Amino acid sequence: MNIVEARDVRFSFGETPALQGASLTATPGEILAVMGPSGSGKSTLLHCLAGILVPASGEVWFDGQRIDTLNETRRSTLRRDRFGFVFQFGQLVPELTAEENVALPLLLGGVRRAEALGKARGWLDKLGLDGLGGRRSGELSGGQAQRVALARGLVTRPTVLFADEPTGSLDSLTGEQVMELLVASAREQGTTVILVTHEPRVAAYADREVVVRDGRVSADATVTAS
Amino acid sequence: MSVPLTLLGLLEREPSHGYDLKRDYDAFFGRGKPLPFGQVYATLGRLARDGKVVIGEVGPGEGPDRKRYVITELGATEVQTWLSEPVEPEPHLQTVLFAKVVLALMLGRPAERYLDTQRKAHLRRMRKLTEVKRTGGLVDALLADHGLFHLEADLRWIELTTARLDALRKEVGA
Repeated sequence: MNIVEARDVRFSFGETPALQGASLTATPGEILAVMGPSGSGKSTLLHCLAGILVPASGEVWFDGQRIDTLNETRRSTLRRDRFGFVFQFGQLVPELTAEENVALPLLLGGVRRAEALGKARGWLDKLGLDGLGGRRSGELSGGQAQRVALARGLVTRPTVLFADEPTGSLDSLTGEQVMELLVASAREQGTTVILVTHEPRVAAYADREVVVRDGRVSADATVTAS
Repeated sequence: MSVPLTLLGLLEREPSHGYDLKRDYDAFFGRGKPLPFGQVYATLGRLARDGKVVIGEVGPGEGPDRKRYVITELGATEVQTWLSEPVEPEPHLQTVLFAKVVLALMLGRPAERYLDTQRKAHLRRMRKLTEVKRTGGLVDALLADHGLFHLEADLRWIELTTARLDALRKEVGA
């Protein structure tokens, strides 16, 4: 059974087509890398799968439910409760501390502040950031900020973590540490990961890779675990 | 991998018996391809003949050969030169792939499919090396990294060539 599925998805930015019939599936707990050249549509596909963008045609399914037909409020709830996100540049809220940033998805979901901050501290410790919870994003290195973003993406124990170039702004060694933590944490809690990357070394952490070319998922280039 | 120079390098740490050299070579450089004892002693014999090692005192040690080998100044200079010179870049894979791609285009064959096949093989290998890195020690990780960076370079070439196939097809007159 697939936890996430895109069926013949099409999407355009104005007159410019980004997705031209993209289809993809991911199974529960799978770590799937979506690769492809710049402008191929891989990030757009991730945004459609995550319910951020609504395709012009085609279908997007999550956990047995079609989600592209849901209204924005219900998709927003779904994103908050079931999905986690990590982007290339951590996109932390600069006014909040690391701890508050991690706790944010829990607070938005109605968890009490003390409990949310406690869970956030636990995640920061787990990702090697103990003692840095009081710092704001400007006081963190790139690797630390990205680990905070990873903690924020995983704190709700999401069913699916969507990661868009999560190591794109980091050097090789720091990027590797982030990928190690991402993969280990996701495996530990059974989270499916949809990982967009143009870096083969990052994709090599995945169970399977697919390639997006010209808005479609290229079947010939799909690599499964042997 | 240059066996004579690697053995010389190991000898520069300290005088050693052939058995110890083989053990250390296999542990750090063998990676599943242990060095035959015969090759170790034949190599040490040639290094001694060329004045790069001398045989020190014959004493207790593991293995059949009790000779203790000591690096000479000539040997140490050779190691120093070898270490300080860059390794010749080896674009062999790209040469083979390049020939395949161009020929495929000339012959009207599916060059993109060939590149995808190569790409898959590369990614599979990269996944295996990543697993080695994640489960092995630092020496394993460093060796795996070396392979990963080279494979990644090839993959970038494959991606770029895939993106340029239409233009290349016109250029080679297919």
